[in-house]
Amino acid sequence: MAKVVYKFGDDISTDAIYPGRYMATVLPTETPQFCFADYTELNKKLNSGEYPKGSVIIADNNFGCGSSREQAASTINGHELVVIAKNYARIFLQNSINLGLNLITCPDLEASVGDDIELEGKEVVNKTTGKRFGTLPLPEARMAIVEAGGLIPYTRKKVMEKYKV
Amino acid sequence: MTIVEKILARASGQKSVKPGDVLEPEVDVAMSHENAALVINQYDEVFSGTGLETKLWNPDRIAIIFDHRVPAESSKTATNQKKIRNFVKKNGIKKFHDIRSDEGGICHQIIAEYGYIRPGYVVVGTDSHTTTHGAFGAFSFGIGATEMASVWALGVVLNVEVPETIKIIVKGKLPENVYPKDLILHIIGKISAQGANFKVIEFHGDTIENMPMSGRLVLCNMSVEAGATSGIIPGDAETAGYLKAAGVTDKIENVLPDADAKYCGIIEIDASKLEPQIACPHTVDNVKPISEVKGVKIDQIVIGSCTNGRIDDLEIAAGILKGKKVARETRMLIFPASWSIYKDAMKKGYLEIFSESGAIIMNPGCGCCLGIHQGALGDGEVALSTTNRNFKGRMGNPKGEVYLCSPAVAAASAVAGYISSPVKGEN
Ligand code: SF4
Repeated sequence: MAKVVYKFGDDISTDAIYPGRYMATVLPTETPQFCFADYTELNKKLNSGEYPKGSVIIADNNFGCGSSREQAASTINGHELVVIAKNYARIFLQNSINLGLNLITCPDLEASVGDDIELEGKEVVNKTTGKRFGTLPLPEARMAIVEAGGLIPYTRKKVMEKYKV
Repeated sequence: MTIVEKILARASGQKSVKPGDVLEPEVDVAMSHENAALVINQYDEVFSGTGLETKLWNPDRIAIIFDHRVPAESSKTATNQKKIRNFVKKNGIKKFHDIRSDEGGICHQIIAEYGYIRPGYVVVGTDSHTTTHGAFGAFSFGIGATEMASVWALGVVLNVEVPETIKIIVKGKLPENVYPKDLILHIIGKISAQGANFKVIEFHGDTIENMPMSGRLVLCNMSVEAGATSGIIPGDAETAGYLKAAGVTDKIENVLPDADAKYCGIIEIDASKLEPQIACPHTVDNVKPISEVKGVKIDQIVIGSCTNGRIDDLEIAAGILKGKKVARETRMLIFPASWSIYKDAMKKGYLEIFSESGAIIMNPGCGCCLGIHQGALGDGEVALSTTNRNFKGRMGNPKGEVYLCSPAVAAASAVAGYISSPVKGEN
């Protein structure tokens, strides 16, 4: 079970998730410090551990719109946040799948900051209100990558097939 | 089939494909900029533990162009650029554009200018505005760095789902002082920032057929702001003419949609009724006709970017600024999209007009478009820009505001000091 620590609206851009001015920082080990850097309080609490790993952030439509910067996925991944949104922008969704970030698509979710959330099979359960919400599965084409543990191991396997090792 | 369905069928060796099919299309051009530093990192990871030496599938199909932070704004960027240069040298990547006035510029402009693109190509780039190259009738889309590492290793994009296509038919002549930028802002406002999510936009109609390549690039560039995987325009004589002038000698073969192609939506637009459009803070789909936002005071005007930093854009701006001054309380920054545009503008006298007017001419590159390098906004400041995004924080400061417009509106507003119509007598 984990708490909702932040609630976003529609069209949260990759500039909001990982501002362009930190783009020279690329390594997944270094990006987490700038997660939601312009949401000063949220950033502080993520970095200090006041919001523990596994915390939930929720959003409405088109989360992750904008640039292709992969830092937007790796910065959230570094804090092991669970993202639950109504839907996602394409490149951000793909980047997240590639890096193994847990994105949950839940079109009807009703939850507030502070609510306790639990994932039970294909449902998101709001333990605070007792309500259950259905989720949409990832596009089928992406499941193979998820199952391989991300795009790097998936590609590695293909590379080994290609060069027959 | 639609254009993209045909391209994907060819690139994956199939007779026909339909939306939802999952393919591994071969890639014709794989483009990166400074984020190649992360791609290299992920590419090394792919090979680690395999016992294999790293091996690029085809260095001739890889393009790397420095543009986002040129010259480097920090030691970190400079070190990334150095790492990339070493990689380029070691792997014999020829389509490399360094920070030089004889080859440099914004990646999307360079791909067009150097004729690295053809109708029917599959192009991927580690940049969301890779949609730009759909202007040449190619299927061109943005991917992340890890996915690019996979392309470098395998030469295919893994698990591509054939997207549905929306057909947008634009008819009529754009009124004077209304430009392709106004048209695409209008479209994004109409269908919203997520209106084309996971879909392709195919542009048709006489307005598009009569539009020069520079305008087509604007439409496809900004298609991603409606969420589109790509924008695409059927190749024609204009496409072939542009590529020929760019030095392409091979035969151009256009991929055109079938008469019975299936679209998931058809939108018709009458271009002759448009007035200049403005995207207001902080989303690109918050679009209003200029008559509703005239008079907003502007601290910084920006002309440039992969959207509107081309010679036609500079020509429009120079025409308006000639003999005039940038308003005293406004500053104006001009970033030509490439060095060849810069030099062209120099020859044509535009740079002189700009410098006489009080505008600052910056070096070609992304400049302040993404808020990391030059031209940040102060707290509470307002920018009016020909770039493509106005997200909170985009121009380096979440306490600033960015409005988006055409070069004509930008230039007219620079003179006025507030958002102002380029139409005479309408200020
Ligand atoms: S000019 Fe702006 S939008 Fe275009 S590639 Fe550069 S940063 Fe991206």
